[in-house]
This record gives sequence, C-alpha cells and structure tokens, in this order.
Amino acid sequence: MSFPTTTPGPGRGPPPTIARAAAKVKGFTRRGDVIKCGVPMDLEILVENVLNAVTAGITIGCIYGLMCIGLGLIFGIMRIVNFAQGELLMLGMFASFYLVTGGKVLSFLGPYWGPFIGAICAAPLVFCGGALLHKFLISRVSGLRTAGSLDEGHFGQLIVTLGISLILQNGGQIVFGSTPVAVRTPLSAEAFLVGPVYGGATVFLNKAKLIAFFVAILVAIVLYLTLEYTRLGKALRAAADNPTAATYMGIEVDRAYRIAFGLGAGITAVAGGLMATYISFGPFVGFDYVIIMYSGVVLGGMGSILGAFWGGLTVGFVQQFSALILPPQLQNAAIFVVFLMIVLLRPQGLFGRSAERA
Amino acid sequence: MRYGTGSNLRRNLIALAVVSVAYLVLTIFVKNSYYQLILTLVPVWALFGVSWNILSGYGGQLSFGHASFFGIGAYTVTLAVVYWGLSPWLGIPLGMVLGGIAAVLIGTPTFRLRGHYFALSMLAYPLAILYVLQYLGFQEVSIPMHRDNPVAFMEFSEPRVYTLIAVCLLATGVVVSVIIENSRFGLALLAIRQNELAAEAAGINARQWKMRSLIVSGMMAAVAGGFYARVLLVVTPDSVFGMLVSAQAVVVTLFGGVASVWGPLIGAAILVPLAETLQAELGTYLPGIQGVVYGIAIIAIMLVSPDGLFWTIRDRWFRRRTTPPIPVVAVTAAPVRAAAMHTGAPLLQVEKLSRAFGGLKAVSEVSFSIAEGEILGIIGPNGAGKTTLFNVLNGVLPADEGSARLGGQPMLGRKTFEVCRMGVGRTFQVVRSFPRLPVLDNVIVGAYGAGLSDRDAIAAAVRALHQVGLQAQSGVDAGQLTNKQLRLMELARALAGGPRLLLLDETLAGLGREECDSVLTVLADLRRHGMTICIIEHTMHAMMRLADRFVVLDHGRVLASGLPRDVVEDTSVIEAYLGKKWLARQNA
Repeated sequence: MSFPTTTPGPGRGPPPTIARAAAKVKGFTRRGDVIKCGVPMDLEILVENVLNAVTAGITIGCIYGLMCIGLGLIFGIMRIVNFAQGELLMLGMFASFYLVTGGKVLSFLGPYWGPFIGAICAAPLVFCGGALLHKFLISRVSGLRTAGSLDEGHFGQLIVTLGISLILQNGGQIVFGSTPVAVRTPLSAEAFLVGPVYGGATVFLNKAKLIAFFVAILVAIVLYLTLEYTRLGKALRAAADNPTAATYMGIEVDRAYRIAFGLGAGITAVAGGLMATYISFGPFVGFDYVIIMYSGVVLGGMGSILGAFWGGLTVGFVQQFSALILPPQLQNAAIFVVFLMIVLLRPQGLFGRSAERA
Repeated sequence: MRYGTGSNLRRNLIALAVVSVAYLVLTIFVKNSYYQLILTLVPVWALFGVSWNILSGYGGQLSFGHASFFGIGAYTVTLAVVYWGLSPWLGIPLGMVLGGIAAVLIGTPTFRLRGHYFALSMLAYPLAILYVLQYLGFQEVSIPMHRDNPVAFMEFSEPRVYTLIAVCLLATGVVVSVIIENSRFGLALLAIRQNELAAEAAGINARQWKMRSLIVSGMMAAVAGGFYARVLLVVTPDSVFGMLVSAQAVVVTLFGGVASVWGPLIGAAILVPLAETLQAELGTYLPGIQGVVYGIAIIAIMLVSPDGLFWTIRDRWFRRRTTPPIPVVAVTAAPVRAAAMHTGAPLLQVEKLSRAFGGLKAVSEVSFSIAEGEILGIIGPNGAGKTTLFNVLNGVLPADEGSARLGGQPMLGRKTFEVCRMGVGRTFQVVRSFPRLPVLDNVIVGAYGAGLSDRDAIAAAVRALHQVGLQAQSGVDAGQLTNKQLRLMELARALAGGPRLLLLDETLAGLGREECDSVLTVLADLRRHGMTICIIEHTMHAMMRLADRFVVLDHGRVLASGLPRDVVEDTSVIEAYLGKKWLARQNA
C-alpha cells in the first residue's frame, strides 16, 4: 500500500501552514520577550494556535469521551479494573482497518464513507470478543463470585486483565505485524478552513476528525439513551451497580454482565475505529490510551456515563493545549502528570460522587 | 523476632544456603554463553520479584509501577559510569539510595490512595519518567568499558562471576525478606493487607509501615535494576521503565507464590528461562512470543491457583504441621486498676460533639461522660448515629465540632492508631479480623500496636486470650472461628493493647441466648478488674443486666441519659426506640 504522493499520510504531521505557524510559535516561546514587545504577527499566530487547539480539543476530546464511556461502563459502573481496555481499542482499530483498507470488505463504500462505517462495524466484532473474554476469563474474577471478598477481586482482575493485555499486544504483533498501519481516507489530509477570524488567524478543521467527532457524538447519544431509557439498559445498570440485589430482582446477572462488558468493549472499539482514520497505529498503541481512559473516567467521576464523556473531553483539551507549550515527547508525560494530580487531589472526580468510602 | 519464628527463620536460611550453592554448582556445567546470561538474569528478576513482594505481597499495596525503582537503579549505574566514571560497585549503592528517595517521593502522595487507585497511580510514574528520559535524549545509553582496570568497574571475562554476584544479591534480598516476614514489620504488613482499618484501630500506624515497606522495596528493586544494567551494558527507557518490566515483577511473584519468600524465586526460575528460550528459538517467526507466554502464564495461574505455585504445592503435599503450642508465659492476672467505681473523675468527657454528612447531622451536639470503671450503654434506633459517634471518637472520621477528652487529654484530631495508643480499644459492628492469621497473631497485632516489645507482646496477647477464654483456639486461623469466637477474639485484640477504655460496637449482635450470656460473663469479669467500657447494643435484656448507665441517641441527638431503669421508663425513649410492647413485656 502506498499513498498518493500529493496526500501526506495520516499522522505524518500537520499541513505546511500549521507547520509554519508552529515553527514561529517555537521561536515565540523560546524568545519569551515577545509579549512585552507585542509584535502583532506573533500575536496573530498565538491566536491562531489557541483557536486550533480549541477546535482540535473539542473534536479529539469527544472521540476520547466516547472511548472513556466504554471504560466508564466497565470500570466506573461494573467496578472491574480492566487493564486490557487499551487493547480493545487497538482491536477496534485493526477491525476497522481490515474491514476497510486491509481486507477491503467494505471497500465498495468508497474512501469517504467506508472508514466511518467500518469504525461502527468494529463495534459488533469487538462486542463479541469482549463478551467472550468476560464469559471465559473475567467473570471468574468479578461480579457475584467476588462480591464481598477481601478486596472485591480487584487483585485478580488486575492480574487477569494484565495477562489479556500482554497476550493481545504481543499476539497482535504476531498476527498484525509491528509495522504501523492506517485506515486510508483522503479526508485525513483535507481540512475546512474557517476564517480569517481574528486579524487573519485561520482555523483548520480536519475533515476526518470532524466526521469522527460527529459519529462519536451520535454513538454516545444513542448509547446514553439506550442505557437510560430501555429495559435492557436499566437491567444492565442495576446488575452492574449491585449484583446481589439485581439477582433478587430477577435479573440474570451473568448475562447482563456479559452484555455490559461487551458494550464497554464495543464502544471503545468504535472510538478506536474513528481514531484509526487520522493516526497510524500498531499493536502496542493501546497502551498510550489506557491512562487517558482512566484519567477521563476518574476525572468524570466513577459510575457516571456522562461524567466519563466529560472527563474524556477534558483530557482531550489538556492534551491539545499542552501541545502549545510542550515538546511532543512530553505530551504523554503531561497526561500522566494530570492523571496523577486528578487521583491525588480529587479521587471522587470533578463531576462525580465520592469514589470510595472510608 | 516474633514468637515461634525462630525455627522458621533457621529453616529458611538453611534452604537458602542449599539452593544458592546448588545453583552455583549448576552454573559450572553450563558452557553456552547465552544460557550463562539466562542463569545470571534469573536471580536478578527473582530479586526484583522479592522487592515487589515486600510491598505488594505482604502489604497488599498492589504496585504496577515497580519499574520506576528498577529503572532508577539502572540509569543511575549507567549514567554514573558515563558521566562521572563511577564504578558500578559504587553506582549500585548510589542507585539504592536514590531508589529509597524515590520511594519516599512517590509514596508520600500515593499512599493517600487505596486499592485500585493506588495500583493505577503507581503505573503512571514509570511511564512519565520514560517519556521524560526520551525527551532528555537518553534513548539508548551504553556503559563504556574500562579495559585498564576491569575488576574495579565490575568487568569480568568469566561470565560466571556475574552469576555469583547476582546470587549474592538475591541471597541478601531473601534474608531481608525473611527477617521482615518473621518480625513485627511483617505482621503489621499482613494485618494491613487483610484489614487496614482494623490494623489502625489496633494501634498499627498503617501509613508508616506501608512507607517503610515501599522504601525497602524500592531500594531492593533499584539494586536489581542497577546490576541488570551492568550485565546487559546498555539501557533504554523501554527496557528498564517499560510496562513489561513492571509486569515481570508481578508475574514472577504471582506465579511462584505471593507473600512467600520463595515465590519470586520459583517464578523466576521457571518463567525467565522459558520466556528467554522461546524468544531465542521462535522470536524471529513469532515476535512477542515472550509476552504471550507471560500473559497465558499469569491468567492460568490466577484461575488455577490464585496464590501461586508455592502455596498450592505446600497445601497439597506439605500439610501444615499441627498448630504450634501456645508459648509458656506466666499468665498473670490483668493488673487490677484502682477501682474507683462510679465515683472518680470522668475518664471520657465528650462535649457537644457534632458530625454531619452533607445535610445529614449524624451526630449532633452529643455530650456525655464515662466514669472510671463504669459500663455505659449507648442505645437508640438504627441510624441514630451510634457507630458514627464511635468512628469520630477513635479517629476514623473527623469531628465537625465539639471536644472529647480521655483522662483530660484531647482525643479529637488524632489518627486512629494514635487514639488507640492513648488507651482506647475498639471492636466493630461487623467483625474485622485478619482471617488468614492465627488467633494468637491477630491478638498480638493489638499488643504490637500498643508498642510492646516482642516478649511483652506475647505475654499481653496470651493474657488477653485467657481473659476472654480463647486460649484453646490460639493456633487456629481466624477465618475458621465461629461468630462468638470472632467477637471474643476482637475483644482480646483490643485488650492486648492494655486499654483504659473499650469502645464495643454491637458485640452481642447475631449471638444466641447462651453465647450472649457467655460473652456477658466475660464483660462482667472485665468490669470486676476495673475496665471502663462504652458499649453500643440492641439486645436490651443484656444491656439492662450489664450497663450502669444508658445514653439514648436518636437522630444524632442525646434523647435521654441516666440509670437504666429510669431511661427505659422515659416516654420519649419508649416512643423513639423501645416501643410500648417492650415496656408491657418488661412489666409483665
């Protein structure tokens, strides 16, 4: 597979205009005295960068939000510590990749619609994978079996999901190879230009990210309505919240758990499929996002689906803004620092109820 | 050393010597340099596992970020050679010191968290360090050779010398671990793992012990990392701070046997050669096979034998020997306090104590006092704030307002273990035991909490067991006791610290009539010896016989207080709590 020479591959750096702006910002931050001088040209670039960080923060943040909802179901509500959530994201990316670019199952949909339909189609695949994982492995260390045990089975969950994570990462390397791939769409190299808004500042809206953003919001809303208003959703929430009580109310808890876990996996997979349209990825990609997901869920407050979404959005914002001042290698470090600050300063989350009782 | 651990200690040290020598003899016969390297790496990873085991195995503080310390050791040794020309002989101790400092820096904020929050936060540290090192440009640093003076720079042409050093380091680590396991340090960690609140209420400073275990653990991990860097001669952020490194410690320990000295050794001896061989044989066709094997190994071990091979083998083939006999200690009667029955100055003076949860005033302006040698019964409907009152008094919850003094000393604002050390023993509504420890150890925790020496702690524990009549069960694991025995054991644990005041929360709950009577006899006995008791209880017939005075709580407020007979005839108490039928039955 080779890209047409005119279209830079996804994740290969911003379009030249942004690169130019970024280069100037670098000088700007290095010199540091520009603010005092008030050079209009640099101010314009600053505004442009901030505006672009805001739009990127919103679009990427909403995709992160969707990703966090998946973990929010599993960790926030079911209280299963799932280390392998990042690998479920990775599976979503590869599912989408094989449907669209690699296996060409959906290639008849064309390069514009295909990737996004592919992302949604990743959900049922990973849903089944997640449900099977739960049935054979995770159910043995969670739910009714461990309710009321010494540490509610967290020890076992951490270990088993760590094992799953290791198998999926390294097995992924065997099956998928370690060369990074991407779901090909010309949209990832195209942008809507908005502006000039403020004295010549232009906002770039990457088309792939923008469509991914709309799909993410749509999926999040559908999931929210399902969980909130349907019988299935109520049963899932009840079973996850208090398995023992749910059993007494005639809910088939094991099945509900399986579905809830599968849903959590599937939702994260959709987010993965969407991200696959604008980044390149390999089998180890999941790890970069595990901490983002946990940050989002903890930030949003455990047990709240909407909270998880807002948490993910916030993390997306932090990441995009840190890109303004930090070198690229340190952006991930920044997220870890933010995560540590969140759990240390406010473990109950910004929007949520108390996470742990004394 | 704790009681009964002398023989255990000796057995472990002999086994260690035998295993070390056998291992070194084995290395003599291995000629292939790749296998020699594996033989050197097994003790290194075992040492790393031992270090993880001290924090996460004994103490139960699950850490997924032990690579922080491993990596700090590795980078310290490497950078010290590169920039200062400092020999690894000195670099490894330096890394050890830095590992200890890192443990303090990491532990201070992170021990505020518990359970999976702690585990997740620990994960973030090595990854943050990893990215910073990449940014600083230390992607790949190699240790330069010093051909002029090789031995001074830990350079040997004979690879078996490295194995020898590794075995020595591991042996030292095992000795440290054995000593911890058999001392009050280990008992405190085991108690914290099984029930942190109970350990605190028994006077154990959980945070301090956890911090100590992290420091020891961090130093040991840094040594392992430092030597690893010396053996491999090159470090990258991923190879020493990466996820797989942290996982290695978890995997070898869990596989071999968690909270056992030998677990990490067994795990490393099986898994490291297995994974390395697979990587060497199949790595070219199946990259990452090592990770897959580790993943399968830990899932399988978690499902088949969740505590690890060591425990499964021991439980199956080496039945636990008969319970050790209770130590011969002259059982003296508890010191009889000056029986200032009902007349002396109040021992506990509570004034206008309040505690709210959001809008709910759980305890509201509660005042009462307890005289020395008195039994005060606290009664009231469910949700009246009785347990919250106890939680505030012994420092589990902070008070909003008011004061409480024990013998004139302020109690509020102190931590739970500090309140315990002031002389306040506490039992819980739902028994909080250390289920996997024998009864005697459960009770000794209380004696250690009071700061007694090993000898005195055993004496105090044995005496407390005699007081409650559990001496026959001293060797049984607490998890096998009946409800009544558990209640008595909890009482004994509180007594072992030599308290001045006992706070008993529904000690009779769930007991049958006869069991109830026998516990009452124990309590009456304690009172005869001058103990002051404050008891929450719903069993009114028992309370009428036991208590000298009642305090009735309702909706967080004191509804009535006074002599039992007066209180139960108070109409407001009958309406709020007892009900008219009760009075009718009493009068009938």
